[in-house]
Amino acid sequence: MDAALSAAISIGFHGVAFAMVLYLVSVGLSITMGLMGFVNLAHGVFAAAGGYFMTTLMTRYGVPFAVSVALATLAVAALAVPLERFLYRPLYGADELDQVLMTMGLVFMSVAIGKYFWGPTAMPFYPPAALSGQIDLGFRTFPTYRTFLIGSGAILVTLLWLGLERTRFGAMIRAAVDNRRMAQSVGINTSQLFTFAFAFGSALAALGGGLGAEILAIDPGYALEHLVYFLIVVAVGGLGTIRGPFVAALLLGVSDTAFKYLLPELGAFFIYALTMVILLWKPRGLFGQA
Amino acid sequence: MTAKSAAHTIATFARRHRLRPMEALPWVLAVAAYFVFPDYLALGAQILATLLFGLSADLVLGYAGIVTLGHAAFYGVGAYTAGYLAAHGVGSPIIGLIAAMVAAGAVGFISGLIILRTQGLSILMLTLVVCVMLQEAANKMTSITGGADGLQGMEVQPVLGMFRFDMYGHTAYWYALGVLFLGWAVTRTIVHSSFGRSLTGIRENVARMNAIGTPVFFRLVTIYTISAMLAGAAGALIAETTQLVALNVLSVDLSGTILVMIILGGVGRLYGAFIGVPLYMIAQDRFSTIDPTYWYFWIGLLLVLVVAFARGGILGMADAVLRRFKRSP
Repeated sequence: MDAALSAAISIGFHGVAFAMVLYLVSVGLSITMGLMGFVNLAHGVFAAAGGYFMTTLMTRYGVPFAVSVALATLAVAALAVPLERFLYRPLYGADELDQVLMTMGLVFMSVAIGKYFWGPTAMPFYPPAALSGQIDLGFRTFPTYRTFLIGSGAILVTLLWLGLERTRFGAMIRAAVDNRRMAQSVGINTSQLFTFAFAFGSALAALGGGLGAEILAIDPGYALEHLVYFLIVVAVGGLGTIRGPFVAALLLGVSDTAFKYLLPELGAFFIYALTMVILLWKPRGLFGQA
Repeated sequence: MTAKSAAHTIATFARRHRLRPMEALPWVLAVAAYFVFPDYLALGAQILATLLFGLSADLVLGYAGIVTLGHAAFYGVGAYTAGYLAAHGVGSPIIGLIAAMVAAGAVGFISGLIILRTQGLSILMLTLVVCVMLQEAANKMTSITGGADGLQGMEVQPVLGMFRFDMYGHTAYWYALGVLFLGWAVTRTIVHSSFGRSLTGIRENVARMNAIGTPVFFRLVTIYTISAMLAGAAGALIAETTQLVALNVLSVDLSGTILVMIILGGVGRLYGAFIGVPLYMIAQDRFSTIDPTYWYFWIGLLLVLVVAFARGGILGMADAVLRRFKRSP
């Protein structure tokens, strides 16, 4: 096979795998930010928590991979409910600054908590035997785990799409994003909806953090280090949509991989420049509602 | 409104910008600290430089109401400018300081022209992106910045050709105090000027300020540039007094930390930084020697509590207490 084509295929492959992780972590942030207008810098904390729970269950207690992922996701969703009730709720509609500060406080705390319980180094993550090694897709081989990531990411994206477009819950969320007052006056319990959406978004982040532990290593600084990327996905994609962040995550994942592979000396510089251009061109993001 | 109360109101406004005796307190304390804590002058100089950084951030955040997550961009540009000059034969600290202010001001002006057109989440994102972009650039341009190893070989000459930087920090302390004083004088003049008042107006109600004909965008760019220059001066101070510049001067962490410091003291009140910055840095110096890992936990918890219970910071709380005393004679 031609060398250039082969390089393009691997960039595309690894880029899309990275994009799936970015999307899973960030899509919840897009929904909650669009719904509640809340600048939540601490969203990565939920992803990190998911990753920590999952790897701990797997390595320390020998729980199977699939069960660990499910338990970690549920645990984070359960954790998100009281956080939303007691810390986030009082700040709905408050100054952006207060929201930024409170969530930054949470990020700082998560860094110390991660170090306290799990030590300063990254958590080891070994995919189960069935998902490790290489897989032959007919024309060439790919790392099995990343193929699995892309596949499960694609399934989740489709489910999310259908969920938001076809279910009652999805319709309620869309209504509340578009016009909260109107949604309230037709009898939607937005307060309950917010809690649900927040827990759901956090659970998705936990899922992304857990499944993506192979790409974005789980360490104490997780929520801080990757914050910029999560925010870029949301801001470039547009708030309150699930399609926007998907396109943005693909764009970011593939271009990040491509630049790091082709022009490592420029590093992430281009990504940031591109983000700036897009945000200036469309301040509400590519798919944001005016 | 009666004529008497109107006159009273006018008198109150006229008195607002007059120097009060209390305002000498920080300077008296700073001079006293020099004699009382001769072993901590190096830390003292760092606190004074960071205070200037805090003042500059408060101008943008507290007065103009621009929520920025990338103020370290200007601090870092200042630090690298001063550091680069000192490493390449231009060792005069004053020239380094001025060059740093010009460079940081230029970055502030240009980025301000671009990003201050947006609002809300976009502006937050854009300030953040400018900062990480500059950090990434500094990281990759190793021939100029030294990359991840930091800038090597700074040689800073004596201040004004007379006062050599010593290892105890005597010169550093007075130099930083002098620059801070000038920065404070500028900041104080700005916030009490009609220009400064119009910034508060923009923070409180952009639509109304637009309606009464204030050139909002222009005002924001102006204050953003001034604030960037002051932040650049602070960065230059740190670079010259520690003779060290590393990538962390451009980090998002630092942008967040400076916000934390001024929030602790009280935002938009000029003296918030004077309380918050020393408090934070002294506490960090004490606690991080005992327990560096968990410092972040306590500071995070403090932030959450400040937002939940004490939005005005320490000065805000002090105000509330004073008001209660005055009301109950």
